[in-house]
Amino acid sequence: MSQAATVAAPAAPPHPLREFWIHFRQNRGAVIGLAAVVVIALLALCANLIAPHSPIAQFRDATLVPPAWQAGGSARFLLGTDPVGRDMLSRLIHGTRLSLLIGLVSVSLSLVLGVTLGLIAGYFRGVTEIAIMRLMDVMLALPSLLLAVAIVAVLGPGLVNAMYAIAVVMLPHYARQTRAAVIAEMAKDYVNASRIAGAGTLRIMFDCVLPNCTAPLIVQATLGFSSAILDAAALGFLGLGAQPPTPEWGSMLASALEFIQSAWWVVTFPGLAILLSVLAFNLTGDGLRDALDPKLKR
Amino acid sequence: MMRPLLDIRDLRVEFGTEQMPVTAVDGLDLVVAPGEVVGIVGESGSGKSVTSLAVMGLIDYPGRVSAQHLRFDGRDLLGMSDSGRRGLLGKDIAMIFQDPMSSLNPCFTVAYQLIETLRVHQGGSKTALRERALALLQQVEIPDAQRRLNAYPHQLSGGMSQRVMVAMAIACNPRLLIADEPTTALDVTVQAQMLELLLQLQRERGMALMLITHDLSVIAQTAQRVVVMYAGQVVETGRVPDIFKAPRHPYTQALLAALPERNLGRERLQAIPGVVPGQYDRPSGCLLHPRCAYAAAPCRAVRPALSGDSEAQVRCHFALDPTGHPGNGWDRTA
Amino acid sequence: MFGFFLRRASLIIPTFIGITLLVFSLIHMIPGDAVEAMSGERGMDAARYARLVHQLGLDRPLYVQYFDYLGHVLQGDLGHSIVTQESVLHEFLALFPATVELSFCAMLIALAIGLPAGILAALKRNTVFDYAVMGVSLTGYSMPIFWWALLLILLFSVTLGWTPVSGRIDILFDLPPVTGFMLIDSLLSGEPGAFRSALSHLILPAIALGTIPLAVVARMTRSAMLEVLREDYVRTARAKGLSRFRVVGIHALRNALIPVVTVIGLQVGTLLAGAILTETIFSWPGIGKWLVEAIHRRDYPVVQGGILLSATIIIVVNLAVDLLYGVINPRIRHSS
Repeated sequence: MSQAATVAAPAAPPHPLREFWIHFRQNRGAVIGLAAVVVIALLALCANLIAPHSPIAQFRDATLVPPAWQAGGSARFLLGTDPVGRDMLSRLIHGTRLSLLIGLVSVSLSLVLGVTLGLIAGYFRGVTEIAIMRLMDVMLALPSLLLAVAIVAVLGPGLVNAMYAIAVVMLPHYARQTRAAVIAEMAKDYVNASRIAGAGTLRIMFDCVLPNCTAPLIVQATLGFSSAILDAAALGFLGLGAQPPTPEWGSMLASALEFIQSAWWVVTFPGLAILLSVLAFNLTGDGLRDALDPKLKR
Repeated sequence: MMRPLLDIRDLRVEFGTEQMPVTAVDGLDLVVAPGEVVGIVGESGSGKSVTSLAVMGLIDYPGRVSAQHLRFDGRDLLGMSDSGRRGLLGKDIAMIFQDPMSSLNPCFTVAYQLIETLRVHQGGSKTALRERALALLQQVEIPDAQRRLNAYPHQLSGGMSQRVMVAMAIACNPRLLIADEPTTALDVTVQAQMLELLLQLQRERGMALMLITHDLSVIAQTAQRVVVMYAGQVVETGRVPDIFKAPRHPYTQALLAALPERNLGRERLQAIPGVVPGQYDRPSGCLLHPRCAYAAAPCRAVRPALSGDSEAQVRCHFALDPTGHPGNGWDRTA
Repeated sequence: MFGFFLRRASLIIPTFIGITLLVFSLIHMIPGDAVEAMSGERGMDAARYARLVHQLGLDRPLYVQYFDYLGHVLQGDLGHSIVTQESVLHEFLALFPATVELSFCAMLIALAIGLPAGILAALKRNTVFDYAVMGVSLTGYSMPIFWWALLLILLFSVTLGWTPVSGRIDILFDLPPVTGFMLIDSLLSGEPGAFRSALSHLILPAIALGTIPLAVVARMTRSAMLEVLREDYVRTARAKGLSRFRVVGIHALRNALIPVVTVIGLQVGTLLAGAILTETIFSWPGIGKWLVEAIHRRDYPVVQGGILLSATIIIVVNLAVDLLYGVINPRIRHSS
């Protein structure tokens, strides 16, 4: 089919975005996941409007109040209060902000660095490639949490350092994927053609090569959100990430440990929040992969 | 006539949902006598492979097999328990497939896969089984058989793999061997050898051979009887010499006309226009009519039935006469 | 086969060197003073500082320091803990069996449930069972295991009172460490109830740690089985009249295991990372808890040595899996 005919014909194939949506919609789990992601994003954006209390306000008269539906609970604190009388629900809602922020910052940081390294390795080959990819292999040899813990150990505990650590940990995945795509694309005729036509290195990279590896990178980035949230919570739980009184889910869990026998709600809800948001991103990521992967399209 | 070895009446195989069934085999009758070589011919999608899989009981859900009867040696296969049927498979009924390279399990040696068949159906001591496996490989004329016993499938060529498949199939002296396109995936040079081997084994052991192929020339060299299938139906059956001399169905005639040896000296090979109808475009009337050179008004309206005696049957309103022209008062303009 | 082994083994050398470089530079990236970090001393006078700089070799060029470090590492000298003054390698070796025992049992649980669940889900594709297995395993895969461990404690220890909350065995038992594996040592000791106690201490952490590998194994087994069941050789096996058990359990499974074994190998990293969390929660005296405590105490030699040793173990296990892959996959073994 010639290019002109495709453009001119009124019955052209559906717009790529529309076609993607048609595929994505068929996967019920993915749609639920995406809806949950949207809800989480809205909660994070409107946390100040939705949360009934400030996340750090301490109600000294109401410490360890159980959830509203339990005996002793009150409608003032729907999900109860923590040991120093802060409203659980408000802290959880504000926690979505932190988790999304951690995901956003570390994924973007990692994506930019990883794609750059991958492009360099794939385009220049030779010693540069070996040096970069060997380093990535070494980083991949370490389990992500262990590497993140090591980095935080060096940089010192804290939310920002945890974000850096998670960004570094995820780097090799993006670098590897980009390099593989670059090498595959560079071997194709159209890249040769545009090079012969006089396109420069940067132009070839950003016009020809990069658009062809966006689909796997989008999938990887979505799944990266879930592992970033999970790792950040783990670091927070170990006392290496966000520090109290920040309403971060992992550190909320850590400070609730001693009340595991007396107040189940301070232990249960933050974990549930982590699980649900990780699950939401994983479902969305799986759905994106199925919808974007041309090999699986029928 | 002695009792048939395989006796199929009104076999029907459907896929798809109950509401929207896709018919792969549509009311097939087939009789195979002991020791007979029957060829089944058709294009891909004609239902010939599905028929053989149905005989083997290898059609899985959502596929559905039904028949008035499906008898092997007088016993109804469809009414049998799963384990009863498995007792026949590989022992009395054996099958070889189109692609030998992917039909052997890559994780096990030739010896393991051969001996497994023998052990499951016959048993015996380890050394005895190994000796019989070796003898089988020699019977299918594999050179250096002793060494090949310990080979893995990926170390064998296509022809060699198919010989192993044949050895496995004849291991327990089956009375019926179904060969589904046994030479299609092989190099042209070994195709003839493979057919020769199959026929030789068939003669030596007196087993019946059901040879499924899309290539009529294969049938000409091997079979006594041929069944021509089109879109899930039998369109013509008969003795091989008769059919090759004077086909009675337009489809058979067209298949024969497309054989390279009948096109010597011509500019172009004769071909049949169009393709076998798929699941959604089954035509009204005769299933062949959109592709038939002789299609007339009745062909578009009424689906013809199979007619004839047990020797030769044809499914056509205007079965061809010995001169190759439509008979029965055919008039295209009618 | 031997050549295959050598080829694969030689591949880990550059990775190992990379890891020593990474770990070596770790110490030099610490904000603040390397002398204070390595000695653990604060506010020392100038003379002592100068002596320490020399003693630690920090006055020499970086590459000399690195080769010096590499030389010590290759001789098994990983330095001494600032806190306990013990050799890092000794401490590691004393604690390592506890982590191995926990990880091994976690993997055992993952395989014992994950393999059959994956196989059954593939055989009963698109049924309620299949959807349930897939749903549960996606949840398991998304599970923050530190929270999952707390839930398990909440249910089995706090509410039901079935299992203890922490440690490896009841303090009533004082067993001599023979193998370092509590389950075996408790059996060897012959003390009544010791094995039971060890087992009840082990079960919850093993479940918590095994959850993610379990989810991964179940998903991988299912997809590998689905792929293999479509293969021609499975049809051949059925045409031979083999029982359903032989067709699925031998012909199909043998092939499906090839990708699954790779995935199992990759789970060793997950197990070690998970051990950091699980051991901290259950006070399990293994290397995960040891590392976290070292970080909190700023015991840098321990952090450095612990990470190096963990990474080395992971690459060695991955090598072993690679070799095992050659054993179960004839096509790899014979390719030159």
